[in-house]
Amino acid sequence: MNTAAIATAPDPTTASHAPLVSLRGVSKTFSNGTVALQNMSLDIGEREFVSLLGPSGCGKSTALRIIAGLGDTTSGTITWPGVRDDTTAKSRHEIGFVFQEPTLMPWATVFNNVWLPLRLRGVSRSAARGDVMEALGMVGLEKFADSYPRELSGGMKMRVSIARALITRPKLLLMDEPFAALDEITRFKLNNDLLHLWEKFGWTVIFVTHSVFESVYLSSRIVVMASRPGRVIDELAIDAPYPREEEFRTSSIYNEYCRKTSDALHAAMEGSEHR
Amino acid sequence: MTAVEAEKHEGEMARTSVQDLSTDEAPRPAEAGSATGRWLRFLIPVLMLVGLIVVWQVYVMVYDVPHYILPSPVRVAQALAADWPVLLSALWVTLTITLKALVIALVGGVALAILMAQSKWIELALYPYAVILQVTPVVAIAPLILIYTPTTQAAILICAWIVAFFPVLSNTTQGLRSTDHNLLNLFELYRASRWQTLIFLQLPNALPYFLAGLRIAGGLALIAAVVGEFAAGTAGAGSGLAFRLLESQYRLNIPRLFGALILLSLTGVLIFAATSLVSHLLLRKWHESAVRREN
Ligand SMILES: Nc1ncnc2c1ncn2[C@@H]1O[C@H](COP(=O)(O)OP(=O)(O)OP(=O)(O)O)[C@@H](O)[C@H]1O
Ligand SMILES: [Mg+2]
Repeated sequence: MNTAAIATAPDPTTASHAPLVSLRGVSKTFSNGTVALQNMSLDIGEREFVSLLGPSGCGKSTALRIIAGLGDTTSGTITWPGVRDDTTAKSRHEIGFVFQEPTLMPWATVFNNVWLPLRLRGVSRSAARGDVMEALGMVGLEKFADSYPRELSGGMKMRVSIARALITRPKLLLMDEPFAALDEITRFKLNNDLLHLWEKFGWTVIFVTHSVFESVYLSSRIVVMASRPGRVIDELAIDAPYPREEEFRTSSIYNEYCRKTSDALHAAMEGSEHR
Repeated sequence: MTAVEAEKHEGEMARTSVQDLSTDEAPRPAEAGSATGRWLRFLIPVLMLVGLIVVWQVYVMVYDVPHYILPSPVRVAQALAADWPVLLSALWVTLTITLKALVIALVGGVALAILMAQSKWIELALYPYAVILQVTPVVAIAPLILIYTPTTQAAILICAWIVAFFPVLSNTTQGLRSTDHNLLNLFELYRASRWQTLIFLQLPNALPYFLAGLRIAGGLALIAAVVGEFAAGTAGAGSGLAFRLLESQYRLNIPRLFGALILLSLTGVLIFAATSLVSHLLLRKWHESAVRREN
C-alpha cells in the first residue's frame, strides 16, 4: 500500500525530529460494518499545520476523534513520541478540539460555555474572566458573552466553539471543519487570525476541511484522503513560507499548489468511485 | 467594516431595540394585537366559566331539580361557606399528604435515576422493580399497605408516593441518558470527573425531562392520595377530602359533596399551575419548550 510508503517517508516540513503524534496502521470499523478508516498511517510533527482533505464520509472526523483519544481503534497504534512523559492522559490535557457541530451547552451563556474547560480545572469565574473575554475577543464575540447559544447564528456558535477550544492554550489543536458555516469574509479573517495565533503560540494544528483553497492557504502539509474505505492516498507539502497574508491568496505559487491539490483530490474521488 | 464588526453592530442594534420596547409610547399594531390577545386569553375562559354556572343555576331552577340530586351553584356555595372549617381541615390533610408524597418522590426518583445512570448493572437490577410498582394498580396494593403500616395516613402517603415516583424516575433517567454525545466527548477530553460531568452536563440536560415528569407526578400524587383514602374507607381515621366525599355521599349531603369536589379540582389545577410555572421559570432562557418564538 502506498500509505505505508508515505508514512515512512522523511518528514518534508520544518517540524522537529520526533513527531508529536504518530498513527500506525490505524483501522476503524463501526459495529454496522462501515469501514471508516483502513490502515491509516500518519505522523504529525510538532508545530506543523496539517490539513486532512477529502470527500464527505472519508473518515476525516473519525481520524480526528481517534487522535484525540475519543473512541477506540479496531486495530493499529497511536503513540505520542513527542510528548516528554508519554502518558496519554497528560497529553490529552493539552488538546483543544473543535467539533464539526458547535457542541455548545444550550442552558449556558456564551461566557459559561467558553469558561467550561477552565471551570473543569477548578478555575473560578472571576479568575477566568480575563481569559474568557480574551478568547471571545479573538473570534469577535465579546459583545455576546451573556447571550444564549439559541440567540446566535450558526457561524457565531461555531466561533464560540473555537473560543472554547483556544482558552486552554492547547499544544495540539484539532479542528473539524471549523469555518464551513461562515461567510467568505469572516472565514478569511479567521483563517488569518488562526495562522497568526499558530505562529505566535507555536501550536500544532490538525485541520479538517473540504476546501482545497483553505487547505492550501493554511497548511504546511495536506493529507488527501479517499473514502470507502477511508484511507490516506496522497500527501502534499506546501512549501510557501509563513507568515502568509492576503497577498498569498493571489500569488502564482498559491494557484499552482491549489491546482496540484485539486488534482490530488480528484484522483481521490475517482479512487473512491471504483469501489 | 468587516463582517465581524458588522455583526457586532447588528447585535448592539438588536439589544437597544429590545430595551426600547418598554419605553415605546406608541405601540406598533403587532404589539397592540398581542395585548388584546392576552386579554382575550384571560377573558374567554372566565366568560365560559360564568356562562356554565349560569346555565347550571337556570337549569336547576327551571326544572326544579331536588338538591339531593343536583344542588344549584348557589347551594353549593352556601355549603362551602357553612362547612368551611371541616372542608378546610380536610383539604389541609389531603394537601400535606400530596405534597409530602411528591417531595419524597422527587428526591427518591432523581436519586435513583442518578444511581442508575452510573452503571448499567444497577439499572438492570433495579429498573424492573420500579416498573412492577408502577404497573400494579395502586388500589390493589392499598389493602396490603394498610395492613403493614401503623397509621392510615402513612398508608395513604405510601400510595401517593408509589404513583408519583415513576414518572419522575423514568423521565429523569431518559434525560440523563440523552446527553449529547459530542458534549460527553468534550468533557472526557478535558478529563472531567464523573461528578463534574453529572453536575455541569447531565443534570442540566435532564432538567426539561425532569420537569415534564414533575408535572405528571404532581397530578398523580393528588389522585393517588384520594384513591388511597377511598381504599382506606370510612373505617380508617382519615379526615382528608376523599373521606369527606364519602361521608357526604352516605349522608346524602350532596351540596357538601360538590363543595369537596370543587376543592379537589381546584387543588389539582393549582398543583398543575405551580409545577408549570416552576418549569417555565427554569427553562425560559434556553429550552425550546419555554422560549418565546420570534421566527
Ligand atoms: N457512529 C457511527 N456509526 C456507524 N458509522 C459511522 C459512525 N460515524 C461515522 N460513520 C461512518 O464512517 C464514515 C466516516 O465518517 P466521518 O464522520 O469520519 O466522515 P467525514 O470524512 O468526517 O465526513 P464529512 O466531511 O461529511 O464530515 C462514514 O461513511 C460514516 O457513515
Ligand atoms: Mg466530518
